Amino acid sequence: MIKGILNNYEEAVAVILFVAGLGMLLFRRNLIMKLIGMNIMDTGCFLFLASMGYISGRKAPILTALPAQGTDYVNPVPAGLVLTGIVVSVSVTAVMLSLSVRLYRRYHTLDIDAIYALSKHKLEDR
Amino acid sequence: MDFVCNFPLLSILLCMISCVLCTLISPKQARRLTFGTEIAVLAMSTAVLAFTLNTGKPFTYVLGEFPAPWGNELRGGALEALMATAFSAVLICCVLGGQDYVRIDVDGSKQNLFYTLVNLMTSALMALVWTNDMFTGYVFVEILTLSSCGLIAARETGRTTLAAVRYMVMNLLGSGLFLLGVVLMYALTGHLLMVPAHEAITEIAAEGGKVPLIFTLAVMTIGLGIKSGLFPSYFWMPDTYGSSTPTGAAILSSLVSKGYIFLLLKIFLRVVGDEIWKDLPLRWVLAVLGMAGMVAGSVTAIRARNINRMAAYSSAAQIGYIYLGIGIGGTAGYTVALFQILVHAVTKSLLFITTPRLAAVSGESLLFEKLRGSGKRAKNAGVFFTAAALSMVGIPFFAGFSVKLFMAVSAAEYGNPAVFAGVMAVLGISSVLNAMYFIRTVVLIYADRKDPAETEAGSVTSGKVPCGSATYYAASVILVLGNLFLGLFAPVSVNMIRQGLSMFQ
Repeated sequence: MIKGILNNYEEAVAVILFVAGLGMLLFRRNLIMKLIGMNIMDTGCFLFLASMGYISGRKAPILTALPAQGTDYVNPVPAGLVLTGIVVSVSVTAVMLSLSVRLYRRYHTLDIDAIYALSKHKLEDR
Repeated sequence: MDFVCNFPLLSILLCMISCVLCTLISPKQARRLTFGTEIAVLAMSTAVLAFTLNTGKPFTYVLGEFPAPWGNELRGGALEALMATAFSAVLICCVLGGQDYVRIDVDGSKQNLFYTLVNLMTSALMALVWTNDMFTGYVFVEILTLSSCGLIAARETGRTTLAAVRYMVMNLLGSGLFLLGVVLMYALTGHLLMVPAHEAITEIAAEGGKVPLIFTLAVMTIGLGIKSGLFPSYFWMPDTYGSSTPTGAAILSSLVSKGYIFLLLKIFLRVVGDEIWKDLPLRWVLAVLGMAGMVAGSVTAIRARNINRMAAYSSAAQIGYIYLGIGIGGTAGYTVALFQILVHAVTKSLLFITTPRLAAVSGESLLFEKLRGSGKRAKNAGVFFTAAALSMVGIPFFAGFSVKLFMAVSAAEYGNPAVFAGVMAVLGISSVLNAMYFIRTVVLIYADRKDPAETEAGSVTSGKVPCGSATYYAASVILVLGNLFLGLFAPVSVNMIRQGLSMFQ
């Protein structure tokens, strides 16, 4: 068991990161904390993905001299996916931060439960 | 390759180009450009539908000419084309029907940005419908989430911002889990394209390694289930649909959640394949959650005091029907799930564009006690609302009836008495509950006000919205006709869905 974890330590760390992030996203009441949690969760996914594409002893998939052999390089697909994922994650974070700013300006707190309590009666009645 | 095969990609790109252009032009021009884009998308989707029904086989569009294990693909079959056609048609109606309210609810200088978001939403929705690659699916799931968050927050009040934040938190949870699912699927199969992944999964299943597959699928299902409002995660719906501008609410309830469900169905049927999927325990979990949603959504809807919140909770119940259909499985089950996607899109968008008109003659209030008699004051809105409500209840000739009928037939075709009895019981309970709150509302909007003096005051419209503009009439009439078409000529669309399913895998 322990040997298995040590052999796959990237995956183990990825799982820890994902669960920690998920917990923060779910249970923290502060919006910024929730956002940080989301970023940690995504980082866990990216680590998992990047570690799958890595093959020890091989180089980054950049052609320097021809002829090149496919067996010299690591798998480039996961790296591409991680890049795309990071872009997505950054844009989501930006949108969420701007919404948080708007909420803070109106309610002067970032505690989601407190904000909800402040606006509860208005939500029900219109 | 025929020229028609370019249309899926062109429709996605066209929406993106028009999305960028909308940021640069005036709100009026943006509205026209959006309308033109939607019409073009509808035309292209219809052309693809006609083409695929004619040839009877799907086509694969390879982006950048990189062949299967590496490249990125779009895939067009009759089912995708039917969904794209229906979605774009309903979208046109949502935009037309709610545009008077966009003028009021959205800040004047930012109205073109609202249409930017509508275009972005359309491109993401079309991409989810057409894509044949799981990671592309994930990217567009996020784009769809971001643009729909913008549609909620476009009306700048405290509660819409709060609703948008809650919506985003739930959705980020969902997309995080879906991303994990995609990554696990890549670890499992070594592919992101759906067809090669399916081949790998067939081998894995033949060797008996189903546990990782079930875990991966469960993670994906929870992710997309949260995003589409599957029981028990539908509690974000009422705030979201209840407080945003009518166009936003109509689009979100009728289209966005369906995009996620269609992607999920694609993963079940194309990546996993029906022959493996039907033996997995996951489908029964979906069926049970669907049934729970059908009852719980309706029960919470009965308790709502606000007409939009009631309609939102009823969405949770209707989404339950879709998942129940997927859970029952087999051609009959998938057909009823897909048919329900169309029916709910047509009906719920009509509800959300008519309720503000009822509120407009009731002192801008959506509360039931204020809405008493509003159907008499805004006659057209009353008629349209009644049509949508009758369809929701399942009165014959309307589309909702066909759904319930087909659901019963698909449960009977499954051939297990216990399943049939369970589905019929839940269907019965759900119909009675639906009737309780929708018929109650219809009676209420045609009732006399208790206090005659109030009638005098309430009959004056607030004057902010023209009581019935031509675009609103057109959109509502099209949606009612669409509903009647799905109800009276159900076999036409059901045959198309069956044909599409046969070339879906």
